Order: sequence, then structure tokens, then C-alpha cells
Amino acid sequence: MNKTSNPQDLAQIAKRVRREIVSMITAAKSGHPGGSLSATEILVTLYFDVMKHDPANPHWADRDRFILGKGHACPVLYSVMAECGYTPLDKLNTFRQLGSIYQGHPDVRFIPALEASTGSLGEGLSLGLGMACAARLNGSPSRAFVVLGDGEIQEGQIWEAAMFGAFHKLDNCVCIVDYNKIQLDGFTKDIMDVEPLADKWRAFGWHTIEVDGHSIEALQAAFAEAAATKGKPTVLIAHTIKGKGVSFMENNPKFHGTAPTAAECEQALKELA
Amino acid sequence: MVANKFELKPGGATREAFGKTLVELGRESKDVVVCDADLSKSTYTHLFAKEFPERFFSCGIAESNMVAIGAGLASAGKTAFVSSFSAFVLNKGFEQLRVTAAYPNVPLKVVGTHSGISIGEDGPSQMSIEDISLACSLPGFSVFSPADEVSMAAIMRLATAHPGPVFIRAGRAKTLVVYGPDQQFEIGKAIELVTGTDVVLIAHGLMVAESLKAVDLLAAEGISAGVVDMHTIKPIDREAIIRAAQVGAIVVSEEHLVDCGLGVRVAQVLSETKPCIVEYVGVQNTYAESGTPDAILDKYGLRAANVADAAKRAIARKRG
Ligand SMILES: Cc1ncc(C[n+]2csc(CCOP(=O)(O)OP(=O)(O)O)c2C)c(N)n1
Ligand SMILES: [Mg+2]
Repeated sequence: MNKTSNPQDLAQIAKRVRREIVSMITAAKSGHPGGSLSATEILVTLYFDVMKHDPANPHWADRDRFILGKGHACPVLYSVMAECGYTPLDKLNTFRQLGSIYQGHPDVRFIPALEASTGSLGEGLSLGLGMACAARLNGSPSRAFVVLGDGEIQEGQIWEAAMFGAFHKLDNCVCIVDYNKIQLDGFTKDIMDVEPLADKWRAFGWHTIEVDGHSIEALQAAFAEAAATKGKPTVLIAHTIKGKGVSFMENNPKFHGTAPTAAECEQALKELA
Repeated sequence: MVANKFELKPGGATREAFGKTLVELGRESKDVVVCDADLSKSTYTHLFAKEFPERFFSCGIAESNMVAIGAGLASAGKTAFVSSFSAFVLNKGFEQLRVTAAYPNVPLKVVGTHSGISIGEDGPSQMSIEDISLACSLPGFSVFSPADEVSMAAIMRLATAHPGPVFIRAGRAKTLVVYGPDQQFEIGKAIELVTGTDVVLIAHGLMVAESLKAVDLLAAEGISAGVVDMHTIKPIDREAIIRAAQVGAIVVSEEHLVDCGLGVRVAQVLSETKPCIVEYVGVQNTYAESGTPDAILDKYGLRAANVADAAKRAIARKRG
């Protein structure tokens, strides 16, 4: 795969990924576009610039680990992994069909290069921290990157994990909260407000960076700061827009878990051209 | 050939009947309260939230907390319902169900929707194939799995009036209507829908309709099959099981792991009373996968044809 630190190149990849997300969910007639589109720059920056990994050697012991806590957003993960060369690009449109490797939620039985089967919210951060512990024991430079949803962090287990990460000084774990302000039933502030969010993470002992989750340069700078931060784990609170890039999906709770119609897909692909 | 007297007309999903009945119960009593974990539009508790916002408690995505909040409400005298996908409320909430509801015998009403594998595309993390087992392992809980919207509405009322904790299993998919509007239901009393002389098909949930369809498939081969809807899985109807055993061959079908669902409970009753040949239809020691609900039910063998095949195996074993 061709890694790059050039923000323009990364932005081009992000645009392709967005198109693939919209197309695969349309083909499947179900799935979660909103949270896939909000996390696109985060995953593209990680997989194409920040993380050390090798699609030709997916089980390389010292690879960095990626865990999508909010497993329902797997279209963005599938698209990025396919763009990297882990899995076939031309099969993305089999998403959610019987026998497809692109299951409704990430499933290691179907894609062994995945680090975790997720879909039940709230468990990814603990997994990532466990992997970070193992890396430290092994003297490995491997780091764990975990993407969580802002609704997902309402799970109590997230805060148990947060305490664990700071207590064990796991500076080789980076958590990214995709703070798109919307969950399944509506706006996060109306379902179970998570504010003051940065204060919460700071109080739990994490190095906390607030960042524009759609600015590749800002994300690159934040990941560099995370790498340089020793003695405590880092969390990026990535301010994002759910449905980013498609006008009628942006900030619209309806597109948490609704597939676009064929006409909507056409319109979306035009906007993403 | 005995014609099946059941015309299985298309009906709504049991989750929808749950949500609608909840609104009726809310109108009848101010003590009815509902807790939700960011799935109200999927579980249909949004209908209750709309009409009774002050009695609807949004808990966020935090199922274990929600269960204990509900137990607190119930301990303080409210008729408290907690609801989410069955997989989440039972698996994430199990410790709280055990210690804050079952152990102190607090009459919490737990409703798990999207049970079984018929949710389809979302795949195993959202599927619930062990909920009957978990719920039955809570002493004092009554456990229900209604087959259609009519039985869901009736069982919601029975469960609400019942003085103990309950778990009710609901599905995402639309069901076939098994019952007429006047059908009477009683906790712990199975319903013998069809009588047969060669084999009896015992089922719960959507497998009741599949078993009724299997009656016709078997009749075409000259086999007389009875059907029992075991809508209450706990306390189980021992008499109905003993009666079924009189024909010498039983099939238990369920949208659940066969290792730990209704089937093993039926077998336990039989081993204590009237040993009988039993075949089991259900999910076999595996997690399913994504696909359309129809494709998944086909692949994992939860169809009338699978029930009929199991019936023939049971009859062959009976004949030795
Ligand atoms: C434990 C658990 N409870 C409930 C769900 C159902 N569910 C799927 S997505 C979702 C909302 C997630 O919101 P958020 O974490 O903000 O994700 P995003 O906005 O990034 O899509 C819910 C409640 C689940 N998958 N897991
Ligand atoms: Mg969100």
C-alpha cells in the first residue's frame, strides 16, 4: 500500500471512501451511513499515515492495533481496509449479504485481519487497553487506537476502562471519540448528555486533545502530540458532523441507521464527486 | 389428509404489539413507567415516550444501569418496564437482573426485542440466541415468548398484573397471526393448537407458525402432527408436555441455541415423568451471520421443512 502524509492525498482518499460508504449501504439497503461518514478522516489518517501496519502481513506482531468500538460504522472500516489492500474493493457492494466477508458489524471470523468483533457498544476501549498492556509486556512498540462513538461512551464500561488506562499509565493507547453529537434516537444532549466531555477525560487522568475531526492536518498534529505524550494515555475528542459530506445526511439523526434510496445515493455521489 | 385449520395471515411484529400495549397500560395506570437505552424507535417504546414523557426515563446507551434504575423504580412501587434489544438488556444487564431484581424478588418487567436470528443483516452482535437460557436461570422470573401480536398483547397484560419479575421476548420481524382476537391466555398454560397422533410439535415465538406450516407438510405425507405453543417457558406447563409425550415423539423448535432453551426444559420434564423421543430444531452451537432474515432462517434451519424433517426423524426413532 502507498502510505502518505500529504493532506491533499489523504483528502482524496477520504473522498473515495465516502463514495464507497454511500454505495455499499445503498446496495445493502440497510446500514449506518451517519457515523461512517463522520469518522472518515479519522480512519483515513490512521490507516494511511499514522499507524504502523502491513496489509501483506496482517498478523505482524509489532503492528499497531485498530479497534472500531462503534462497530455499526464498519462501512468506513471496510472501505479503508479495502483501499489499503486487506480485502477486495470490488466486493464492498456485497455488504450485509449472506456469505459476504463484509458483515453487518465487524466479524473476525470473516476478516481475520480485523483486531476485534465489535457491535455491542462499550467494549472496544477495554480491548485496546488489554492489547496495549500486552505490547508493553512484550517490549513491543505496538500501539492501540480505539474509535468510540459519543453515544457509546454512555456505557459504564468505558469509564471503568478510562480509569484502568490512566492507572496503568498506558501511553501506548490512543482513544478517539467521534463526537458527532448524535446517537440512535436523536441528539446526544437530549438522550444522555455527555458534557462536559473534555473535563471528564481530564478528570480520569487522560491527556485530552480537542480537535476538528474533519481536518486532516489537525488530526495529524493531534496524533503526533499523542505519540509524544508519555506516562498517560491520550484521548482525542474529535468534533465531527454526523453524515459529513452529504448535505441531506449532515447533522440529521435519520441517517444514523437508514440506508439512502437509489435517488438519494445518486445525489450523494454527485456531492462527493 | 387433515387440513390445517390455521390460516396464517400476515401480522405485525411482536415488538410493535409490545409498544402499543405499553401505551394502553400507561393510560390505565399512572404507575406504569418505562426505561429505555437509546433504542426507543426500534423497541416501539417511543410511542409511550410521546404520550407520557414524564414517565419515560431515557438512560442512554447504558443497559446495566438501566436495569438497576428500573429495579429501583419497581422497588418503590412502580410498574417498571425496562427494554432494549434482548441481547443487550440480558447480557449487559444480567448481573443487575440477578442482584437487583431476581434475588430480592422485585417485580421488574423486562422486555427484550430483536431476539433470535431473524433480525438478519445486523448480525450476531445484535442477535439474541441465549436470552431464554439467561432469563430462565433467574429464580422467580417468569419467562414468556409470544408467537404473534395477539399473544404479545395478552401476555403483556398478564405479565403486568403478575406480582413477580418477568422477561418477555419480542422479535423484530413481522409475524404470522396465529390467534383470533378472543383467544384466552393464562400464565404457565400452553396452548394446544392442533392435536395429532404421530408426533407433537412444541414451539415458541416465530417457530409456532413454522410448526403449524409443518403440520400441512406432514399431513401431505400421511403423518398426523399436533402443535403446542409454549408461550410461557417458565413456569413450564408440565401437564401439556406429559400429554404430548403420549404420542411417543416430540419436536421442540425455537429460535434459540438448542443447548439451553425450551428443548432442554422439555427434556427435563420428560425425564422426570414420561421419557419420550425428542428431536430439537434451533441454532446449533454457533453464532449466525448477516443476511436477509429469510436467508438466515433458511441457512440456520429454522423453517417448517426443518421441523417436518425433525418430526420424521422422531417418528422413525419411535418405530425403532
Ligand atoms: C450495547 C449496545 N446497545 C445498543 C446498541 C444499539 N445501537 C447501535 S448504534 C447506537 C447509537 C450509537 O451512537 P454513537 O455511539 O454516537 O455512534 P455514531 O453517532 O458514531 O453512529 C445504538 C444505541 C448497540 N449496538 N450496543
Ligand atoms: Mg454519535
